[in-house]
Amino acid sequence: MHFNLTEEQRALADTVQRFLAQQYGFEARRKILRSPEGWSREIWGKLAELGLLGLQVPPEHGGMAPAAIETMLTLEAMGRALLVEPYLASAVLGSALVGALGSPAQREALLPAMAEGRRIVVPAHGEAGARHDLSRVATVARRGGAGWVLSGRKAVVVHAPAADLLLVSARTSGAVDDQQGISVFAVPPGSPGVRLIPYPLIDGQRGADVVLTEVSLPADALLGAEGAALTALEAAWDLGVAALCAEAVGVLQATLDATTEYTRTRKQFGGPIARFQALQHRMADMLMSVEQARSMSYLAAMVATSDDLRERRRKLSAAKVVVGQACRFVGQQAVQLHGGMGVTDELAVSHGFKRLMAIEASLGDTEHHLERFITESR
Amino acid sequence: MDLSFTPEEQAFREEVRRFLEQRLPASLRRHVLEGLHAPAADTVEWQRLLHRQGWGGPSWPTEHGGTGWDPVRQYIFEEECAAAGAPRLLPFGLKMVGPVIMRFGNEAQRRRFLPRILSGEDWWCQGYSEPEAGSDLASLRTRADRQGDHYLVNGQKTWITLAQHADWIFCLVRTDHAARPQAGISFLLIDMKTPGVTVRPIVMLDGGHEINEVWFEDVAVPVENLVGEENKGWTYAKFLLGHERANIAGIGSSKRELERLKRIAAAELKHGRSLAEDPFFAARLAQVEIDLMALEITNLRVLSAEAEQRTPGPEASLLKIKGSEIQQALAELMMQAVGPYALPFRVEALDGGFQGEPVGPAHAAPLAATYCNLRKTTIYGGSNEIQKNIIAQLILGL
Ligand SMILES: Cc1cc2nc3c(=O)[nH]c(=O)nc-3n(C[C@H](O)[C@H](O)[C@H](O)COP(=O)(O)OP(=O)(O)OC[C@H]3O[C@@H](n4cnc5c(N)ncnc54)[C@H](O)[C@@H]3O)c2cc1C
Repeated sequence: MHFNLTEEQRALADTVQRFLAQQYGFEARRKILRSPEGWSREIWGKLAELGLLGLQVPPEHGGMAPAAIETMLTLEAMGRALLVEPYLASAVLGSALVGALGSPAQREALLPAMAEGRRIVVPAHGEAGARHDLSRVATVARRGGAGWVLSGRKAVVVHAPAADLLLVSARTSGAVDDQQGISVFAVPPGSPGVRLIPYPLIDGQRGADVVLTEVSLPADALLGAEGAALTALEAAWDLGVAALCAEAVGVLQATLDATTEYTRTRKQFGGPIARFQALQHRMADMLMSVEQARSMSYLAAMVATSDDLRERRRKLSAAKVVVGQACRFVGQQAVQLHGGMGVTDELAVSHGFKRLMAIEASLGDTEHHLERFITESR
Repeated sequence: MDLSFTPEEQAFREEVRRFLEQRLPASLRRHVLEGLHAPAADTVEWQRLLHRQGWGGPSWPTEHGGTGWDPVRQYIFEEECAAAGAPRLLPFGLKMVGPVIMRFGNEAQRRRFLPRILSGEDWWCQGYSEPEAGSDLASLRTRADRQGDHYLVNGQKTWITLAQHADWIFCLVRTDHAARPQAGISFLLIDMKTPGVTVRPIVMLDGGHEINEVWFEDVAVPVENLVGEENKGWTYAKFLLGHERANIAGIGSSKRELERLKRIAAAELKHGRSLAEDPFFAARLAQVEIDLMALEITNLRVLSAEAEQRTPGPEASLLKIKGSEIQQALAELMMQAVGPYALPFRVEALDGGFQGEPVGPAHAAPLAATYCNLRKTTIYGGSNEIQKNIIAQLILGL
């Protein structure tokens, strides 16, 4: 057993960190957030050049999957920089879903273009009544003409406005919460009957509700076998959980660093506030929280693609619980220790706080994963 | 010991309730009950309505135009107002500068300023904090130099709540630079329209504008605006801080927010059933409700001590810490109750008049912003760390 990185992995981590340190400073990011699209195509192109968009794409389609550790290192660096581009949505969840469900022709049509940064493919799965249940799908697809007709509404689809293609889950049979009967369709967002209601999210990233009204699709819009998409959705979401855990570690570390730095320089009562033991202990607690989250992000990366479903689910859920709790504790305390400065929009700390909030609420919140851990441990 | 209210107190509660039913406008009520941004006009309108009823100063003695209510009645009044969704009364005039002027001001100041606080004509803000003087307030540097019949004020205040609406600011300023920090401070009332006063907004993490920097550049303030004696301002400020903390527990509004949380949980679904029936969620909700119950009794204990003319002691720190933690816990649970719909963040949807297309349930729209915003409660009014220092030193004698 060891926790060492290979030469190549270390080099990759260095490259990503250096790139983001140079091109994705706080002010550069702020400018991107304020742009109409809310993310940068230029940065996206550079991520493609660095090969980072192909980390879930198999070599035969121009990528380097499987690359669990590389993904983890990349996302940790992105977390540190509070990257807002649709990396998780398209390069992790989208690629995983196309890879798992797509026919050879569909994979060849999409994956190379995704790895090269030419297409952004975003899953649209969650719904209003589902909360975090993956199998609860009310959107329906019925056969119509030579293809399919979709109707329903997808809720809070992160980065839907950036998507060139949406991967929409819909029920082709069964009751609303059946495991069987869920299918995935490739839906161009410009199709007649598709309407996006776009909005910013609390962390500055963009999202939309996707309203589908009698959307006609060709027969080959279906990805994978009819009614059997849940396994692939769950696998993609689990991969996403591991990625989110890694991103969280980056945000957490940056937030802790900002806090120790701030308390060293902020002076009250004639000296730096870092000299108060109450604050030292708080930061010690924050450090323990970050390190426990880091450990669990390693575990998550190692089991994210495991075939032992039970172990995969238990460990990923355990990781998301530890990470989610760290997100809340470290985020809140970082703001607290910055005093008034912490609640302004001016410093990175509040931006990190909001990203940590969003991470905790994404791909199943802490409570959801606690529950899944209990179920899978029975 | 008897924890029930007397028949007179219950009758009083009924009277307040009837008044609220009849006179609190539905538009004002809605902003509060739905957690939306309440415009400044709501606050002023409510103060004027109360003033017409003779209730403009719920915590003031009758000699200054107040109601003369004892602490228990004040508590009942606040609780009923909060439950009904009345806008929060501005504390800066009623609970801060008002009591200071009553106690330490001269007769001219009382006649000039107090009636305008009651009537809602003057909006006050609190000018204590500075960039380098937060928790360590005594290190403040804004200076007021005596020049004949006025002071010349120079410096910067920061984090000033709602200064953008204010007519007046009460400030702690340094009038003696040689003395030890606490000894050279004075309490000065400054008209915000005086030349040289500049207000600059600070954007908060929820995108909102409720705090400001206030800059003073050669601002001439008449000497008659000094409260009490020169260089005694620290004493007055400490008197005021005790008041600020005693009222910061926010029991009434937390009870109202608890009810909102319950409504949200009943409407939300988890695994196809009401979230309120989910054992995980129910346990967390119960925990907050229980914490609030304990705090309410603690608050009543402090109130009854006050009613017996024992001055509010360092127990106020306990109320501030627990009250702010409960406010934050409620906001956190509400946000978690709505699942993924907590994430959309549309600032415009937080205004009462929003006509856009809703996403998710209407109750979800303001929750993430409120959660972010309420991080302030453990920072302002003396941070919770500072409150714990007070408890350790003044109660435990450590
Ligand atoms: C939303 C908001 C509204 C406000 N409104 C007003 C207003 O209207 N008027 C006004 O005058 N002020 C206002 N304030 C200012 C508020 O009173 C200060 O923010 C507060 O006193 C803390 O000061 P600071 O921000 O400088 O933080 P700092 O004093 O720098 O504190 C930073 C951190 O160090 C901790 N700390 C400091 N000293 C100690 C110690 N001795 N032991 C342990 N921990 C310590 C603090 O608890 C905090 O966590 C407002 C603040 C906020 C956030």
